[in-house]
Amino acid sequence: MNDGSNLSKLFASGQFAVSAELGPPKGTDIGVIEKKAAYLKGNVDAVNVTDNQTAVVRMSSIAVAALLVQMGLEPIIQMTCRDRNRLAIQADLLGAWALGIRNVLCLSGDHQSFGNHPTAKNVYDIDSVQLIQMVKGMGDSGQFQCGDPIEGESPAFFVGGAANPFGDPFDFRPLRLGKKAKAGAQFIQTQMIYNVPKFAEYMKRVCDLGLHERVYVMAGVGPIKSLGAARYMASKVPGMDVPDEIVQRMQDAPKEKRQEEGVQICAEIIQQCREIPGVAGVHIMAIEWEETIPDIIQRTGLFPRPTSPE
Amino acid sequence: MIIGEQKPVEEIKNMLGDAQRILVLGCGTCVAVCMAGGEKEAALLATALRMATKLDGQEKEIRDYTVQRQCEFEYNENAAELIEWADLIVSIACGIGVQTVNEQFPAKRTVPGLNTTFLGRPDTQGIWVERCQACGNCVLDLTGGVCPIARCAKSLLNGPCGGSQNGKCEVNAETDCAWQLIFDRLSALGMVDLLMENQPPKDWSTSRDGGLRKIVREDMQL
Repeated sequence: MNDGSNLSKLFASGQFAVSAELGPPKGTDIGVIEKKAAYLKGNVDAVNVTDNQTAVVRMSSIAVAALLVQMGLEPIIQMTCRDRNRLAIQADLLGAWALGIRNVLCLSGDHQSFGNHPTAKNVYDIDSVQLIQMVKGMGDSGQFQCGDPIEGESPAFFVGGAANPFGDPFDFRPLRLGKKAKAGAQFIQTQMIYNVPKFAEYMKRVCDLGLHERVYVMAGVGPIKSLGAARYMASKVPGMDVPDEIVQRMQDAPKEKRQEEGVQICAEIIQQCREIPGVAGVHIMAIEWEETIPDIIQRTGLFPRPTSPE
Repeated sequence: MIIGEQKPVEEIKNMLGDAQRILVLGCGTCVAVCMAGGEKEAALLATALRMATKLDGQEKEIRDYTVQRQCEFEYNENAAELIEWADLIVSIACGIGVQTVNEQFPAKRTVPGLNTTFLGRPDTQGIWVERCQACGNCVLDLTGGVCPIARCAKSLLNGPCGGSQNGKCEVNAETDCAWQLIFDRLSALGMVDLLMENQPPKDWSTSRDGGLRKIVREDMQL
């Protein structure tokens, strides 16, 4: 029972769900959040709020998510194992529940060496599988990880995990998804998909293991903003697989049409992923480009959303 | 063994202060094998400090000596006279040696000439690699003999993060992904099933998180 998670209810009703990412500001300006939220409201069912993504300090995920609740959006907070130990995570989750947040995505977190405090100490007290188990346990048994009872209402979050079909070892990736399902994950959001055939092969294995019946898999996608971004993702980002033909399409597009091409590629990938058995939704990561989300949603015929205001 | 790396001469020189008589104290065990703090390195460092202080116009009297094992009091007794002579000791043993000499000869100040880098082994000539973090609760039986605590940048216990690609770690493209190694090894052993068990949160109290560690063995006590 995930009391209050509309995302959970949407999946349960068999509808194809759409979420998108919202990156908190590198500062205190609520205006930035209001502006991004306006692009997403009514166009997606839930909004991921990143947790110091790429290990760069930003406004707290929970604080931004609480603001989104006030603005009438449904947030999914991201929670990484990089910055907090099991005490801090559980304390923050109690607070998140009290603030009306109902969805949590459990992540290992990008290593701090990628971010703006590379000399920081990392935590990794627990890993993402253990985090999923801990959060699920808090809701199911009303207990902290140590076994002590949680006072009052249990925080029965709708618990998610991440999966990277393009990470290695490929043969282990579906099994790792199984570990997350076993730990209690209810939904999964994947790394950004550009190599659709490889993702289809991954999903085939996921379905062969019966995991698509245990977790709702949301295919991760993202519009490419420029040729440079395509090249960078293709060669410099560990765990990403951007095939040459995608880079070529960006290159072949006239310079002033490249953003349009990036959006179109994203829309096409969404349509292709919708056809893949076991895919229950899509998660759009338009990094610092949230204003393109309405366009993507329109192009894919995913508008209106079941959760759109009347 | 314990692997160390000598600090830059400039940094060591700046630790000398007003001391006139300096003893560079090497150690003949781990740091000698990794060619950072043994007899040869002690002599070289002494020469380098002599030259550096002379160039500064403040030449100091610098001697060197190497004990067999700086982490044990009885070996350090062999250096007692020289330690008595010196105003300051530059230890190029690991941090354990530096602390042992400070404890044993509290009237003298002993400073580190070496950074203790990790627990590991020599790889190819001139390359040393980390293998253990002394977490106090070994899991190598579950991971095909490859340590995820020391060798995974995130010390993950349930498989690789999303950044593992082509067998390499997201943090450094020259570092093997520990979980790729674990998966390959367990595959070869026909034991991948071991990985399907979800490992619970680790008890870090046996690691440094539990505070200073100490082993007491009554059967060995006199």
